[in-house]
Amino acid sequence: MWNMKQLEYGALARRANQIKDELRQGVRRPYKEVIDVFQGDLHRAGMKPLTFVRQVLAACVYPPLINSSNLPLDVRQRAQEELGRCVGGSVGSYSAAPGIPEIIHSISEFIKRRDGGIPSHPENIYISPGSQWSISNILNVLVNREASPRTGVLIPVPCHNKTVLSITQLGAVAVPYYLSEEQGWALQVEELQRALESAKGVCNPVALYVINPGNPAGYVQSQKSVLEVIRFAWEKRLFLLVDELYQDRVYGENCEFVSYKRAVSEMGPPFSGTVELASFHSVSKGFSGECGLRAGYVELVNLDPAVMKYIHTLFSKDACSPVLGQIALDLMTDPPKPGDPSYLLYKQEIEQIRTVLLHSVKKVHEVVNSLPGFSCPPIEGGLFAFPRLHLTPKAIQKAKELGLQPDTFYCTRLLEEGGVFTGPGWEYGQKEGTYHIRFCIAVPQDIMEELLRRLSSFHMTFMKDFS
Amino acid sequence: MKSMSKITLQLQRCARDITNMSQQAVNGVSHRGRVLTLDSMNPNVKRVEYAVRGPIVQRAVQIEKELKEGAKKPFTEVIKANIGDAHAMGQKPITFFRQVLALCSYPALLEDSKFPEDAKQRARRILEACGGHSIGAYSASQGIECIRQDVARYIEKRDGGIPSNPDNIYLSTGASDAIVTILKLLVCGEGRDRTGVMISIPQYPLYSAALADLGAVQINYYLDEDNCWSLNITELRRALSAAREHCNPRVLCIINPGNPTGQVQSRQCIEDVIRFAKEEHLFLMADEVYQDNVYAEGCQFHSFKKVLFEMGPEYSNTVEMASFHSTSKCYMGECGFRGGYMEVINLDPEVKAQLIKLVSVRLCPPVPGQALLDLVVNPPQPDEPSYATFMKERTAVLSALAEKARLTEQIFNTVPGITCNPVQGAMYTFPRITLPQKAIDKAKELGLVPDMFYCMRLLDEEGICLVPGSGFGQREGTYHFRMTILPPTEKLKVVLQKIREFQLHFTQEFS
Repeated sequence: MWNMKQLEYGALARRANQIKDELRQGVRRPYKEVIDVFQGDLHRAGMKPLTFVRQVLAACVYPPLINSSNLPLDVRQRAQEELGRCVGGSVGSYSAAPGIPEIIHSISEFIKRRDGGIPSHPENIYISPGSQWSISNILNVLVNREASPRTGVLIPVPCHNKTVLSITQLGAVAVPYYLSEEQGWALQVEELQRALESAKGVCNPVALYVINPGNPAGYVQSQKSVLEVIRFAWEKRLFLLVDELYQDRVYGENCEFVSYKRAVSEMGPPFSGTVELASFHSVSKGFSGECGLRAGYVELVNLDPAVMKYIHTLFSKDACSPVLGQIALDLMTDPPKPGDPSYLLYKQEIEQIRTVLLHSVKKVHEVVNSLPGFSCPPIEGGLFAFPRLHLTPKAIQKAKELGLQPDTFYCTRLLEEGGVFTGPGWEYGQKEGTYHIRFCIAVPQDIMEELLRRLSSFHMTFMKDFS
Repeated sequence: MKSMSKITLQLQRCARDITNMSQQAVNGVSHRGRVLTLDSMNPNVKRVEYAVRGPIVQRAVQIEKELKEGAKKPFTEVIKANIGDAHAMGQKPITFFRQVLALCSYPALLEDSKFPEDAKQRARRILEACGGHSIGAYSASQGIECIRQDVARYIEKRDGGIPSNPDNIYLSTGASDAIVTILKLLVCGEGRDRTGVMISIPQYPLYSAALADLGAVQINYYLDEDNCWSLNITELRRALSAAREHCNPRVLCIINPGNPTGQVQSRQCIEDVIRFAKEEHLFLMADEVYQDNVYAEGCQFHSFKKVLFEMGPEYSNTVEMASFHSTSKCYMGECGFRGGYMEVINLDPEVKAQLIKLVSVRLCPPVPGQALLDLVVNPPQPDEPSYATFMKERTAVLSALAEKARLTEQIFNTVPGITCNPVQGAMYTFPRITLPQKAIDKAKELGLVPDMFYCMRLLDEEGICLVPGSGFGQREGTYHFRMTILPPTEKLKVVLQKIREFQLHFTQEFS
């Protein structure tokens, strides 16, 4: 399914960069700039960093700023606090391998608050340069390269391709389970069962990878679904790898994010004491959107203490996570509180982002569903729209002639003619004969309006050309 | 937003429904084994060790905790001379670098007149190259293009004009990241055909850890302690031909200036190594993160790239090589930023395509680290306002290190039972300790390697944390420890004095 050899890796991205360069040099195109919504990158898409976060980081990087009256008092105090936790008082020194202890404590408190008081133990938390780094490390422990049959990991379809790449690079087998598009991308246990059965004789599945809220599909798993998956994993003896990067991105009115950790605990014995779980979070996708700082963490639940020792050594040889990223994580899990000088502005900026997202979610759903040959379920959570393209046989034929996947063809044309850089569904996996595109919706209102205008215009032309 | 307790009730209700259905299964469970156990886990991971942050450091942390809780010990602080972390030992960051990084972090400061114009210029240029003008945006996986161009220009300047192609530069999360990435590309094959990687003994244990993790075959070649830890081609040949019996040697790693040994290889030696690599068809990995840390008179850093090209097209067109650099060492000491790069030479284009894929999995290296690297390769020039301060700070750091290198060698060589090669470069000393047989026996009794026993005792009695030589590799029957020369000069003198006292006392105890 994810035929790595065929993946024309980064071709679309290279073309997007080329076009951006051309525009910078003054080449005339039907648009003045490329709307880059290919990645879940808030800042690249035009959203602003949070002022408090950046002020604290600046003061940590250049401590003379701590004495500057131009920065609010709580910023200066917080920077001082953070520096106090750094060895030698500098963000340039290594931290302990799992992360700065006080920040790990902060994360454990954050998790505890989020999960209604269920304790989170600091020694089960590791900070890494982005969540993919810890996902790779945990997969590395799970995948026995010398085993025959090979280790298998169940993967949702659609799925962002980083984890899939990690799995295949470790010599393991990615076993796809299809999310049900008709059911709003629901995860159905029967489908998990089918996937498991398909693995018989091919590989030995040891883990089940779940993304909640979803990427690229914008679903939020119902509580019932979460519990069913946990029970399935427990019964079939699968290690649960849960990607919860978008836990702060929930829009649907009847949707609620429930962490797998919480659900496991609430299920009580025997599940609460035995389901082995790794949940991942990051500073990249929350309100601060600090993708470039590279900071994520994993919380490990119910793991064998003997194995934990080796996990510790594995993280140790990586030295440590970038300290600025760790501080950004701390600011995310322990933000300004009411009464703090920075609180009002902080709250205002968060609200602004939230408003923009809610607006985007509505608008995208409206506009996409109004176009012929284009449909999209309500975006319940996450940072992307993953609408379905109903392409005509003519369009599919043309794509074939060009040696492209049909949705790659669509995205290529959308980039060239419409100046919008999106991702083809093929790169994330989809049911045979279906086509999608993915684009980030965390975009300022005016840019979203322009995006939708260009998309509509392009789409109508495209559908007409290939009718 | 529903209240927390409501979620709990709903979950519990749902959970009851679901768990009821499997009550029979539940009843049958009492000794349900875990999915991930010592037996089922990746066996390679069990072979991974990393002494620099290993058991001795865990003990040091434990002691620090006890001190904090008011325990009485013969010392009031633990001196962590185990890790090459300059800032941890009080070295100050370079002002200019931190100013630019602060401007990048919070661009509103660009209006602040307290920041010099050259810092602002650098910051604006870096931000211009970032998505959304923010260091919080992902960069391209290979690293920000204009920074790679700056790195290439730096390499050209350093190497007397030999061209460097920005496409061959890959920015990384510290040099370690790039080293592991290249090893991932190189390690393959099964059984007798499994890739063998030559690494110096003693070595920086990232290499042995990575090789264990990847299931590669580690091929040890011994540096010559009696000759200032120099590298002998005869020794390389010996190691290689022995290795050919049981694996497929494909890679030769060299750390120059050396870690832990501190030797700076002569130009002749580097030529010999390159010649050897060509003859034996080996991929060269040149770890050059200490390239600015050269102290001894008569020693000079020669980059592998430069020497390779100066040997002519017969070599420069064929030898495949990767050289590594980082922002963690030299005069910057910015370990916490995780900045680094590698330059690859003569890499097969198809392999390069796989390399891009590999680095894309983790998205991109930390952007602040990339920005910092840009400043390292593009520092203030003589005609710029920050130049004077920059040069003053840089010179101060490097000359302090040179002084400490000299001091360390001098003092250690006056201690009976300790012999110390000159610290020609890098940041460490790797002295040899003579242990009385009784001490070796005692160590055995306790199930410890003799130099671990020595270091543990030193830690417990003097509060000094070093890394035993066994963590780096050493000739059978010899014992060493690695100590950093990073503590401030006055503190270093105290540390050296304490180690001398300990050595004398330890020798007496086990005589």
